[in-house]
Amino acid sequence: MHNPHPNSETRADDWPSELYRILRAADVRQMSYVPDAGHSQLIGMFSADRDVTTNVLTTEEEGIAIAAGAWLGGQRSVLLMQSSGVGNCINMLSLSAIGRFPLLMLVTMRGEWAEFNPWQVPMSRATQPSLEAIGLKVMRAETAEDLVETVASAAALAYDSDQQIAVLIGQRLIGKKKW
Amino acid sequence: MSMSVSPQLDRRAAVAALLKNRGDTLIVSGLGSPTYDLHSVGDHDGNFYLWGAMGGAALIGLGLAQAQPGKRVLALTGDGEQLMGLGGIATIGVARPRNLDIVVIDNQHFGETGMQASHTGRGVDLTAIAVACGFAATGTVRTIAEVERLASQIAGPADGPRLFVIKVLAENPPRSLPSRDAVFIKNRFRAHLGFAAA
Repeated sequence: MHNPHPNSETRADDWPSELYRILRAADVRQMSYVPDAGHSQLIGMFSADRDVTTNVLTTEEEGIAIAAGAWLGGQRSVLLMQSSGVGNCINMLSLSAIGRFPLLMLVTMRGEWAEFNPWQVPMSRATQPSLEAIGLKVMRAETAEDLVETVASAAALAYDSDQQIAVLIGQRLIGKKKW
Repeated sequence: MSMSVSPQLDRRAAVAALLKNRGDTLIVSGLGSPTYDLHSVGDHDGNFYLWGAMGGAALIGLGLAQAQPGKRVLALTGDGEQLMGLGGIATIGVARPRNLDIVVIDNQHFGETGMQASHTGRGVDLTAIAVACGFAATGTVRTIAEVERLASQIAGPADGPRLFVIKVLAENPPRSLPSRDAVFIKNRFRAHLGFAAA
């Protein structure tokens, strides 16, 4: 390996590139998303990758169903959303839970750190408890280094151990939205 | 919006005619009657039956179609199930898979919950929504002869996703129940495609 920058020294602003590298190394072949500013770089990298099929969704639960279908067909899928979208997913997560379908969701948090929009706060509070109530394992990261390691671990748990995992990306890490 | 006479087609006869020569088509069935209809024509390793996840049948079909571009995929669902996934028609229209068909067995009612009238009996046209979302072909059929022609059509190639509505009589035939164990059905389905269980 000639990479002069070991993964443990992830630059604080370049975690999307590291996540993309990890997910492609895990052989993720489908990505679906409802956009979030915090996911925009990762969405851009996946969308430019001709070996990955990308689906833009009208609502987040569609991605739960697509991920199950991808697995039935032998492919790994990742789902990107912001915390407000988690509430839309709850009943559809029955599919992942009862079918023990591998599921990896990366959720950017809103409504918890320097938030300008109060409407983001209620679902922010409900995100982790509602995911846990329907049976998902929730992992959280607050720094770039921790996030990279957490997603690598979550990908292995999901795709190799048939688990349903949501990684919550702290709003502190993403930074304040400019208004 | 035109309101026509009540459909008279028997749903089981329609599904049997549709799937008579299914070949190696992979099928995802929506919860409720379409799951029973699919099972009634014979259990198959290439079937994935839903007992929940309402609104998800066509989107499971999308993920599957994208993973298996060389196979035809059919989402066989009901009007109520597809109405809950209306946004998914837009998502599928944008994704534009060439190997995914949605067939809605449309009795214009929520048959599983007491036969309450659904939107499709009150003028909402799923095929018009699919056209507006850029589907490659759509149609509505009402007789066995038309279902047989539809079966031939969906066996052939397409330029993009297709959605067809089969108008059927609102009745609940005797239930034909597949396994409710989703892990078993999932692993059986994947084994059918050559994938090992974890």
